[in-house]
Amino acid sequence: MVAMKRAPVLIAALLACLPAAQARGAESGIVVGSKAFPESWILGEALARTMLREGIPRVLHRHNLGGTEIVAQALRSGAVDVYPEYTGTIQEVLLHRSGQAGADSMRAGLARLGLAMSDPIGFNDGYAIAMPESVAARLGIRTVSDLARHPDLRLGLTHEFLGRSDGYPGLARHYGLSMRHVLGIQHELAYTALASGRIDATDIYTTDAQIARLGLRVLEDDRRFFPRYDAVWLYRLDLPAREPRALEAIRSLTGRISEEAMIRANARVVLDGISYGAAAESLLTEVRPSSTGPAGPEREGVASSIARNTVRHVELVLLALFLAIAIGLPLGIAAAGSRRLGGAILLATGILQTIPSLALLAVLIPLLGIGFRPALAALFLYSLLPIVRNTVVGLSTLPASLRDAAESLPLSPWARLTRIRLPMAAPAILAGIQTSAVLCVGSATLAALVGAGGLGEPILSGIQLRQTHLILEGAVPAAALALLAQKGFDLLERVAVPRGLRRPEEPTHGDDHA
Amino acid sequence: MSATIELIGVRKRFGDTLALDLPEFVVQERTVLALIGPSGCGKSTLLRLVVGLLRPDQGRIQIGGTPMGPATRSQLLPRIGYVIQDGGLFPHLTALENTALVARHRGWTRERVDARVGELLELTRLDPGLLGRYPSELSGGQKQRVALMRALMLDPGVLLMDEPLAALDPMIRSRLQRDLRDVFGRLRTTVLFVTHDLAEAAVVADEVALLNAGRLVQRGKPAELAAAPSEPFVTEFIAAQAPPEALGWSR
Repeated sequence: MVAMKRAPVLIAALLACLPAAQARGAESGIVVGSKAFPESWILGEALARTMLREGIPRVLHRHNLGGTEIVAQALRSGAVDVYPEYTGTIQEVLLHRSGQAGADSMRAGLARLGLAMSDPIGFNDGYAIAMPESVAARLGIRTVSDLARHPDLRLGLTHEFLGRSDGYPGLARHYGLSMRHVLGIQHELAYTALASGRIDATDIYTTDAQIARLGLRVLEDDRRFFPRYDAVWLYRLDLPAREPRALEAIRSLTGRISEEAMIRANARVVLDGISYGAAAESLLTEVRPSSTGPAGPEREGVASSIARNTVRHVELVLLALFLAIAIGLPLGIAAAGSRRLGGAILLATGILQTIPSLALLAVLIPLLGIGFRPALAALFLYSLLPIVRNTVVGLSTLPASLRDAAESLPLSPWARLTRIRLPMAAPAILAGIQTSAVLCVGSATLAALVGAGGLGEPILSGIQLRQTHLILEGAVPAAALALLAQKGFDLLERVAVPRGLRRPEEPTHGDDHA
Repeated sequence: MSATIELIGVRKRFGDTLALDLPEFVVQERTVLALIGPSGCGKSTLLRLVVGLLRPDQGRIQIGGTPMGPATRSQLLPRIGYVIQDGGLFPHLTALENTALVARHRGWTRERVDARVGELLELTRLDPGLLGRYPSELSGGQKQRVALMRALMLDPGVLLMDEPLAALDPMIRSRLQRDLRDVFGRLRTTVLFVTHDLAEAAVVADEVALLNAGRLVQRGKPAELAAAPSEPFVTEFIAAQAPPEALGWSR
C-alpha cells in the first residue's frame, strides 16, 4: 500500500517543479522553420537573422524539424510561419501532383492550403546522378543517356530516390535504364561507398558539398527528366498581414543565392565543421553586403544548450511516465482480473511496442501536430507495455496459499486489491515502471524528429554533420539520465516496497522458539 | 456464537477423480472434530468447500443454518476463521497488521482493536513483543500463533484449520498441540482440524473422522477407531502411524 500511495505523489511533486516549457512555442514572434539537413538550417538561419535586422523584435528559428511532412504540417498548423522548401517537393508532397507546373498553378494550389510561395531563392537543388570523375572519364560517360549503355555499373541509391515517382523508377523508364545492380543506401554513406569504389554511381543533390570535394562528375540530364527543385520560401498566407517586414526579409533573400554560393555554404558546415549560424552569416555577407550588422540570434553556449535539452528531455520522460502509470496501472489491474480482457490488453500494448517510432510519429502528427504533444504521446504509448505487463505478472503470481488466505478473509474485493494484492505486487510493478523509465529516456531522443527538442537534437545534428562532439552532447547526458533513472528506482524501491517483501522468505525451521 | 456445520449430499469431482462424496456429514456446535486420512483423501477439499473457496458439484453446505453460496458467502465469512498450513500471513504486513486487518477494514475503533488483540495474545500465548515483526522475522510456531489470532479476531463461530502444525518440528509441535487444546477448550467454537497424524488428533480433538478416497470411513473417539475398526483400512492406517513408544518418548 505504501508503494501505491507514494510513487504517484512523488512523480506529481516532481512534475510540479518543472518550468512550463511547453508554452515556449506559443509565444507571438515569427517562427522560421527548417528541415533536418544543413542546407535547410543555413537558409532558415539566414532568414531569421535577416528578419531581426529588418527590426522584427522576436524571431525564433526552430531548426532541424524533420522531414517534409513534419515541417509542412507545422506550417499549416501555424507552429511555423515560414521555411525553405523546393518546388519539386511542393509539387510531389504538398500538392500531390506529378510533373512540372508553372509557378501560378502552384501558387493557386498552395493558396487552398493557406500557404504562399516566394520567387526562387536562386539555386536549384534537384536530383542528379553523379559518378567519380575518373570512372566517368574512363568510360566516356557525360550524360544519363551514356549511363544507359553501361548496365553493369553498380548504382547505390537513397531509399527516398528509389521510392519516388520522380526518382529512379521514372528515370529508368524515361531513359530506358536496365541497370543490373541497384541497391538502397543512406545518402552520407553513399559518398563513402563511392570514394572506396564499392558503388559506381549514386543520386545526389545538385548543391551537395561533397561534389567538388570528392571530384564527382554530375551527369547531364540530357533528356530533361528531373524536375526543378528550385529553392523557394514557403510561408503562411496570413504572414504578410501579421508582420509586413517578414515579407520584406523574404523578398530580400530571393534571386540572390547561386548554386555555387550554396555549395560553398554547405561545405563550410558539412566539411569544415563551421556552425550553421556562422555559415549563414557568411552567406548573408556574400549576397547582401549592405546589410551586415551585429550577429543575429545569440549563439547558445554548450553548457546552456545541454541544460536546456536535458530539462526538456526530463520533462518529456516524466510526463510520459506519469501518464503511462496513470493509465497502465488500471489497465494492468483490469487485465489481471479477466483472462480474455487480459489477453486483449497485453496484445494491444505489445503491438504498440512493435510499431517503429518513425511510423508512430508519422501517424501522430496529423492528429497532434508537431512538437511536444506527438512526442509525449509516442513516449507514453511505448512506456505502457512494461508497466501493464509487470502489473499483470505481479498480481497473478500471488502464491496459492496467500490467494486462499485473502479470499477467505471477510474483505471487500477493493480491500483485497488495495490492501493485499497491489502491495504484494509492488516490487514487480515498480520494476516495470523502472524499465519504462529507462526505455523512455532512450526513446525520448526521437522527440527531436518532431521538433520537441530534448537530447536527441544535438544527436540528430551530430549525425547529419558527422560531428562526434555534437552527438556526445546529447548521448552523454542521455546515458547519464538513464543511469540516474536506474539508480533512482533502486533507491525508491527501498523506500516504497514494504519491509516484509524486501528480503526472501527465510527458512522457518532452524531457530524455532514457539 | 458457535455454529453447526452441515454437509448434505455433497459431491466434488476434480476431472475424473471423485474428491469428496459425503451423503451426510454434520459437526455439531462446540465440537472439535479432527479430519484425518492419507494425502488426497479429501480432508482439505472438505475445508475448502466449507469456507467457500470451492463449490460442490452437488449437495449443499450450511453453516449455522445458512447455506454457503456466492450470494451468502460475504455474510458468512465473518463467522469463519481459516488457518492454513504455512499460516497464510501476508508478508508485507506485520503480525499486528495481519491480525487487525479485517477488524480495521470493518471500522473497529483503535481501542476495540487493541482490546481484542490483547485478549488474543493472552489466549494464543504469543509474546506481545513480536507484534511489530514481519512474517519473515517470525519462527514457524510464532507464525501459526499469529495466524490463529487473525482467524479468531472477529470471534467466529467456526474455526477451520488445515494441517496447521505439519511443517513444525516435533518439540514445537507438541507444545502447540497442547496450547491448541486449551484454546479450543476456552473458546467453545466449532472446530474442524485437518491432520494426517492420529496422535495429534487425539490430543486436540474430541472426535475423529477418518476419510479415504473422498469417503468417510469411520467416525468416533480416537480410542474407538483402534478398538473397533469398521474396515481393514482403519487398522492399516493406524498401524502405519509410528507409535510414540517406538520413538523413545511418551506423551
